[in-house]
Amino acid sequence: MRESTLHTDSITASDATHETVDQIAAPTTSKRMVLNMGPQHPSTHGVLRIVLELDGETILKAVPDIGFLHTGIEKNCEVKTWQQVVTLTDRVDYLSNLSNNLVYALSVEKLIGDIEIPPKAQWMRVMLVEFQRLNSHLVWLGTHALDIGAMTVFFYCFREREDVLRIFEMFSGQRMMTSYIRVGGLALEPPRGWQQAVGKFINSFPSKVDEYENLLNSNPIWKVRTQGVGFVPLDDLLDLGVTGPMIRAAGMKWDVRKDEPYSSYDQFDFEIPVHKENDVFARYRVRLEEMRQSARIIKQALEGMPEGAWEASAPKIVLPEREKMKTQMEALIYHFKIVTEGFRVPAGEVYQAVESPRGEIGYYVVSNGTSKPYRLYMRTPSFGNLQSLAPLLEGRLLADSIASLGSMDFVLGDVDR
Amino acid sequence: MAAALDAALPGAITGGHAEHNEPTLWIEPAQIVAVCRYLKDQQKFVRLSAVTAVDWLPADPRFEVVYLLHSLARNQRLRLKCWVAEASLEIDSVTRVWRTADWYEREVFDMFGIRFRNHPDLTRILMPSDWEGHPLRKDYPVHGHKYSYQDE
Repeated sequence: MRESTLHTDSITASDATHETVDQIAAPTTSKRMVLNMGPQHPSTHGVLRIVLELDGETILKAVPDIGFLHTGIEKNCEVKTWQQVVTLTDRVDYLSNLSNNLVYALSVEKLIGDIEIPPKAQWMRVMLVEFQRLNSHLVWLGTHALDIGAMTVFFYCFREREDVLRIFEMFSGQRMMTSYIRVGGLALEPPRGWQQAVGKFINSFPSKVDEYENLLNSNPIWKVRTQGVGFVPLDDLLDLGVTGPMIRAAGMKWDVRKDEPYSSYDQFDFEIPVHKENDVFARYRVRLEEMRQSARIIKQALEGMPEGAWEASAPKIVLPEREKMKTQMEALIYHFKIVTEGFRVPAGEVYQAVESPRGEIGYYVVSNGTSKPYRLYMRTPSFGNLQSLAPLLEGRLLADSIASLGSMDFVLGDVDR
Repeated sequence: MAAALDAALPGAITGGHAEHNEPTLWIEPAQIVAVCRYLKDQQKFVRLSAVTAVDWLPADPRFEVVYLLHSLARNQRLRLKCWVAEASLEIDSVTRVWRTADWYEREVFDMFGIRFRNHPDLTRILMPSDWEGHPLRKDYPVHGHKYSYQDE
């Protein structure tokens, strides 16, 4: 009798009473079920696979499986010249490539030592990295809300993101893989009319953030799905290596921009938003307030942008102007040397950290005095943050895992490198 | 701080320097767990930013394991380094001090083949589990084909 019920084909509708269904559903040894989530699940935002062990709808164990996007960028950097590596840093975290450009440029400049980055380049870097933060947070908010079922927010966010990408295109010619921040300054001279484009965007942006908040802050479904969900004690988060907005939503006021200022961040007036609730809703609040603060920084950069050079006067490192290259012998020689051989960086090692939209990016760069990095280690925020996945999910409901995963805001390229 | 560490654990520090204002301490590999435990509990180095390694082929000892520590209370970073010889290729795991070390040590194992004693689950993390070789070693080719295809 029991065996025949296992063949569901043979059960007619009248046979399938509650009794027989229960008999089929209850395994003989254990009630646990192993569920494979991903690597192509839409809410894992990339190729992340999670093996979930379930008891009913409760997650007992969550084991992340990463590495699907591993492309060996660190290995590849070891055979590229110092300037060529910039394009690879773009591809680590494809939603915050300028932050990666910046941390790489800063660490190499620290190794070189006697190179002075003019104020205009530093401010431009700050402004663009803050645009990058807006871009990343907008993508995060749109997709996170979409996961939880709020579709409209996605369209609103991508509307503004498009404007940000247009500004990137205006500066660098590229929408995503900009490679705009280079060792020694910027890749190109800031385009004519950038002030108007940035000004137009930044004057209307704060009201757009209000729009997102109007859609979500008092939305009962959003609140139920996010408030009180995804709590992990702050000590555990720190012990697990979590950085960025997740830490700040747990009440820890720590931001690399404030605590270890780089690229003239100390000249800007902005605040670090902190919340104490330590749930998905608090992470959402922190990121939205960060968008407002980024807009503030961009506005200050726009209004107070220093005049002057946009790249360092270091002929051995920075490529000469095209015109000079054609008219001056020395410029031509430097150009030839930089392009064919690459510039040399004194032997040594540095660790430079910056605050990316996701947390602390740190590049540990080792040079042996040649024109290629000896070792480039990328401490990426998503890799560190993803370690908190098991404590975030275990013991919680399967449906909440979508909200919790979204609140971590990881990029798989950043995890796997 | 280095003096306090030296007093608490004599013989643990074998050297140190502060290039580019970044303090680095060389640690006796056998003492690494005790040093980390002391720095976390007594010196407020709550965070372990990352663990990584550098391959100095053909030097002996060949590998350098690098620990990037960070103290939020002191707003200070510290780098610890240990030599690991190719003959032994083993060092104690610091996962019991910081849980963060778990994935970072797995990554070092995956990329360099350095084994961490007492690690809860020392398996490959980024490369497939049946992969041969350790990609970030200097003697591992950057480009190469393991399989050849006749139609190519």
